[in-house]
Amino acid sequence: MRAVRITADGVYRAALGGAAALVFAVVALIVYETGRGAGLSIRTFGLGFLTSTAWDPVTEKFGALPYIYGTLVSSALALLIAVPLGIGTAVYLAEIAHRRWGAIVSFVIELLAAIPSIVYGVWGFFVLAPWLRNGLEPWMIQNFGFLPFFRGAPFGIGMLNAGIVLAIMVVPTIVSISREVLLATPRSLREAALALGATRAEAIGVAVDAARPGILGAVILALGRALGETMAVTMVIGNTNRISLSLLDPGATMSSIIANEFTEATSPLYVSALIEIALVLFAVTIVVNGLARLLVLWATGGRRAVAAAA
Amino acid sequence: MSEAALQRKAGHISRRAIWSRVVIAGCYAAGAIVVLPLALILGHLIVKGLPALSFSFFVDLPRPVGEPGGGMANAIVGTLILVGLAAIIAVPVGVGAGVYLSEFGRSRFSGLVRYTTDLLSGVPSIVVGVAAYGLVVMPMASFSAIAGGVALSILMLPTIIRSTEEVVRLVPQSYREAALALGAPRWKVIQQVVIPAARAGIVTASMLAVARAAGETAPLLFTALGNRFWSTALNKPIASLPVMVFDYARAPYDDWNRQAWTGALVLVMMVTGISAVLRLTVRRVAR
Repeated sequence: MRAVRITADGVYRAALGGAAALVFAVVALIVYETGRGAGLSIRTFGLGFLTSTAWDPVTEKFGALPYIYGTLVSSALALLIAVPLGIGTAVYLAEIAHRRWGAIVSFVIELLAAIPSIVYGVWGFFVLAPWLRNGLEPWMIQNFGFLPFFRGAPFGIGMLNAGIVLAIMVVPTIVSISREVLLATPRSLREAALALGATRAEAIGVAVDAARPGILGAVILALGRALGETMAVTMVIGNTNRISLSLLDPGATMSSIIANEFTEATSPLYVSALIEIALVLFAVTIVVNGLARLLVLWATGGRRAVAAAA
Repeated sequence: MSEAALQRKAGHISRRAIWSRVVIAGCYAAGAIVVLPLALILGHLIVKGLPALSFSFFVDLPRPVGEPGGGMANAIVGTLILVGLAAIIAVPVGVGAGVYLSEFGRSRFSGLVRYTTDLLSGVPSIVVGVAAYGLVVMPMASFSAIAGGVALSILMLPTIIRSTEEVVRLVPQSYREAALALGAPRWKVIQQVVIPAARAGIVTASMLAVARAAGETAPLLFTALGNRFWSTALNKPIASLPVMVFDYARAPYDDWNRQAWTGALVLVMMVTGISAVLRLTVRRVAR
């Protein structure tokens, strides 16, 4: 009787463990497939692929630099906008807000996180782009045109639009994690600061200081999302193979070039080059996400639920 | 202390007080600015999407360019098929893995699984699409609903695993101890006591993953591809709402652009509708 029980338990545990082990298999398969698919391109172009700006399907010369540049710049721009707003909102929610207002703002931010990225793309393309083309961008050119970042024509579509849309998309990540991290800091920190005569903002500053690693983790996690985001960016960035300092110019990102050209790629080398871009993107996001999770875990003292909320 | 010094000190304090107000006002402003885009996006969705929203949008097929009217019935059904396929693959695996992590989760192997799950959740969806292309589309030599379902299931896995682990862990330890004390073997304890007790949470987690997957576009572009005609065949390209919205939004026809807005509105209603219903029912169950 006893032997049968042990066997049944063993089988059950093995079945569940098998399901868990499938996660390894999935990740291994993704790595294997992208690596295999990129093989031809890697052999043909070597490391030069990462520094070349050529992208010519006719002569079959491919290089990823404009797309790497586009991904990095659009993500950096998004963080530039989203980080101050996100941290400000997190402080508001954790330290200042009345219960009812805080609940409303939290609900709205959860909704923002639930909207599919294609919808952000449609909005950025049909609404934000005309606003930028007719409002913000001409103003920027007129007043800041002496800076290389604001030169060119107001297209409405381009790096600036992508940065703004990405910022809207990653703000929820920054807000929800930063708020959790702030709430995890001890109340006594603020009380001690206030008792020493600090103003309210200074007391909050002490708490923010204590939560800094976690907030940094939230920001890097948001960066990971921005780097990999595809549909919204594909719709608003303009998809042009060029490196331009100006934020008003169109560009392209690693994900947008894949989304745009993968089904049109005809030759094996063309497909392989696109898959190698996917591989580069994969590698970058793994490094960024790994770093972020370590920081968040460290800041919340291993409270996994918070890290998992991301 | 001289009067001048006292005054300086008083001035200093009031400057700090003003600065404090400024910082706090800035936080209020940040909160307001973050809420603004949602209001704008929802507003535009309703203003631009509602006029073309009619019964025929849900039951008609797309019409050729130039012919007004038509709907996205094939895309709506396609999305349901794709998401259904993905759920059939991802839910058993994800729930199994989540239960394993909760019930046998102290081993080194479990730590590795958790780490890999986190890693998988960070993989960009377009990369998952590329992998599914190599894994399913190439061997089948055709874009297909199956390939799309596989891509979506990979994206659903991390959400299901992590939330299942959390909710199963919330089942009180005394349930397990009571069942074990009655002589039930471990597997029966888990299968007939622990999992039923966590059922509401597991269902919620799975549905949330489904809702999120329903809005995914990037992994479908070169797996399910898209289809302007009615098709429910699993080994053929199939239409989906997000991909159709993408195609219609980029097309140079006003009529298609209008329908893209309507499609986006329907998509948001589907995704947030599921989430909202879940939130309400879960709250009721929790009480």
